[in-house]
Amino acid sequence: MTDASIIDPAPLRSAPASGSGGAQATGGTPEPSVRDYVSLLKPRVMSLVIFTAFAGMIAAPSGVNPVVGFAAILCIAVGAGASGALNMWWDADIDAVMRRTANRPIPAGRMAAGEALAFGLALSVLSVMMLTVFANPLAGGLLAFTIFFYVVIYSMWLKRATPQNIVIGGLAGALPPLVGWVAATGSVDVAPLLMVGLIFMWTPPHFWALALFADTDYGKAGVPMLPNVAGHPETRRQILLYALLLAPVALAPAFTVAGGPLYLVVALALNARFVWGAFRIRGRADATARADTFAVEKKFFGLSIWYLFGHFAAILAEAGLRAMLGDYAAGMALL
Amino acid sequence: MIPDREHELHRRRRGRNFALGGALGVFVLLVFAVTVAKLADGQVIQGF
Repeated sequence: MTDASIIDPAPLRSAPASGSGGAQATGGTPEPSVRDYVSLLKPRVMSLVIFTAFAGMIAAPSGVNPVVGFAAILCIAVGAGASGALNMWWDADIDAVMRRTANRPIPAGRMAAGEALAFGLALSVLSVMMLTVFANPLAGGLLAFTIFFYVVIYSMWLKRATPQNIVIGGLAGALPPLVGWVAATGSVDVAPLLMVGLIFMWTPPHFWALALFADTDYGKAGVPMLPNVAGHPETRRQILLYALLLAPVALAPAFTVAGGPLYLVVALALNARFVWGAFRIRGRADATARADTFAVEKKFFGLSIWYLFGHFAAILAEAGLRAMLGDYAAGMALL
Repeated sequence: MIPDREHELHRRRRGRNFALGGALGVFVLLVFAVTVAKLADGQVIQGF
């Protein structure tokens, strides 16, 4: 690998990053706008990370100073954004050929690849260092591992190598609640590990449902997603399998310090709906799905987002109830 | 006469400068706030 190929890895791979439309300085260097830097951080992914990390932190029984908690969540969010920037740097060639990602700053020619690399590395180091100082070294170390796993293990290795890419790579997206919990407590517990398990097992059916109706784009980019490697029937079978395996993992937090009866009711309802949706997907012929432009698959994809949101909202609600009942019990004790 | 293209470049650079300045200001305030919070809680400021 030459110095130039380290800065811009696209020439190493077959599909070149191309595009135009970015403002260029006189030397031909792109002039990215603030919006380009923000989009490099993948704000929508970041919002999910913030939400799950916040839930992990609030569910922790020890509690955390609000200012320290806010600073820790900010560090986790910046770390997630840094992973996104490094992912866009490495995957610029793939992004250029996929309709959904072609307008990202690097493939669209609005930002040099080296700029995204420097931005991502700087934010990675800063977020890990500051989380270590603000919270504790274990939280900082876990954030560093999350960034490493997403960028090196998922983006650089698994994504182009195996249709199991998102199964294993999903761990990176699953870790934020654990980082949030550890930032508050300084230690690992069963409850946050089950939250990690919940997101980890949820990721494959979520992305495979997307891949069922967006598979032509992944195929064009040469990314071995399950539908274009093993076919749609096998993907449908795997979605159902993971939905069934996910249900007990999703219900288990109800019996930990982070859960309770409210969580159990919400999880039962959501998992019944999710498994039913997966059964519907399993039972559909490919011709039927194409005829109605993958209506059921698109609906299941939307449902999967609400599914995850519902579980973590229930965890937050349980923490709120515990705080209220704790205050009530303390008040009664004083009487 | 300054061409329109140059004008757009300057606008983008100015935007980036303001954003960087704002981010640095937020960072300084954050470190200050966490320091005050940790001192108020009687914790050590160092995270390790």
